[in-house]
Amino acid sequence: MSAASSKRLGKQTLRFDNPVVLTHASTVVGRKESQGPLGKDFDLVEPDSMVGEKSFEKAEVKMLEEACSLVLGKGRYTAGQIDILVAGDLLNQIISSNYVARTLSIPFLGLYGACSTFAEGLALSGILIDGGYAQKVLAVTSSHHDSAERQYRYPTEFGGQRPPAAQWTVTAAGAAIVEAMGDGPLLTHATIGSVFDMGIKDANNMGAAMAPAAASTIEAHFRDTVRTLDYYDAVVTGDLGIVGQRVLKQLLAQKGLTLGDKHWDCGIMIYDKSQDTHAGGSGCGCSAAVFCGHIIKRMRKGEIRRVLLVATGALHSPCAVQQGESIPGIAHAVAVEYA
Amino acid sequence: MEKVALAFAVGGLLCVIAQLVVDLTGTNPANVMVLSVSVGAALSGLGIYGPLAKFAGAGASVPLTGFGHSLVQGMLEDAGQTGFSGILSGGLRATAIGLTTAILFGYLMAVVSNPKG
Repeated sequence: MSAASSKRLGKQTLRFDNPVVLTHASTVVGRKESQGPLGKDFDLVEPDSMVGEKSFEKAEVKMLEEACSLVLGKGRYTAGQIDILVAGDLLNQIISSNYVARTLSIPFLGLYGACSTFAEGLALSGILIDGGYAQKVLAVTSSHHDSAERQYRYPTEFGGQRPPAAQWTVTAAGAAIVEAMGDGPLLTHATIGSVFDMGIKDANNMGAAMAPAAASTIEAHFRDTVRTLDYYDAVVTGDLGIVGQRVLKQLLAQKGLTLGDKHWDCGIMIYDKSQDTHAGGSGCGCSAAVFCGHIIKRMRKGEIRRVLLVATGALHSPCAVQQGESIPGIAHAVAVEYA
Repeated sequence: MEKVALAFAVGGLLCVIAQLVVDLTGTNPANVMVLSVSVGAALSGLGIYGPLAKFAGAGASVPLTGFGHSLVQGMLEDAGQTGFSGILSGGLRATAIGLTTAILFGYLMAVVSNPKG
């Protein structure tokens, strides 16, 4: 087997043979997130949903800028020392990312993966670092409840009523510095997901729509790496929510994988039942904030050593749905572990 | 007092029907509003809504179905007076006060308030 072919495992997994280190991470969240069970794990709280800006979109950019500024500060780097910026968000034209890229002036690769963006960003960072194309990559993403409402449903300013079964888009930005050397957990593998469409047109049932994509990517990861569930302390999905988690467990059980307590879902973890968020949290910021805040902290403390982050995205386009299309799902996985 | 109770009951019932449509069919609020106006217009044309409005007063005229009723009655009145062009002018003429009020107060509310969710 040649050296080149060993970097690809099976059909979907990439192995990073060179060190790809997640050295620093930071999070900025809104008020609801700060009041949830993980409230203490976030770096900065912005209680005003407009963050002193004139629009929710400008507020989201501000939060992203703050997250970048915080993480650069932790690494004692200037923006000029970062080789590539990898960023995405939920808005049309990924404007939050575009305007942060404008501020930072770092060579920029924009991504769209809906709520799977953070894992997609980490996967791409791994490829760039392992391939020797960059020494330092800044991977960031964000979501904001009210900019997402304008994008996908009705503007918050309209004052309309939310349907009771919806998920709540998380207001948060997460930023991570990924480097070719340094202290921190290693990104060792990335499993790139394919798009799955279960024919679901109801934007309120996204958990069930994304579960098959998550099951497929998780199964591919274990098959490609020949690892077992015991290898990881946790398999963390992005925002399947309570319904999606149930569907995922059923689908994986059919393939002989019993997740049990090892399955954590960021959308379920970030809010408490008393916060009236029904099915749980969603949005790019959900997995980014929970991972960069809570999970990384626990890894640094030594409480967990090996995590498989499987961020799931519902590729929802209001325009396509109005034309009668269904909403496809995708999930990307990255293995983050201490050696 | 009896008129008030009737208005309350009938108006409430019309709203319950609309809510059932929202809950059971997942139709979005905007589409339910359009449906209400259309149903009111149809019932008006069929001669059903008129007696209901007499019976329930504001309970029938305030909900959106009543708006559909006003549209159709206005068209019929004007058509009776000026012929074909009355169909085009009658609807907006009869609902002019309601429409202008809605636009005016909607605008004023948007100026003074700023819903943040």
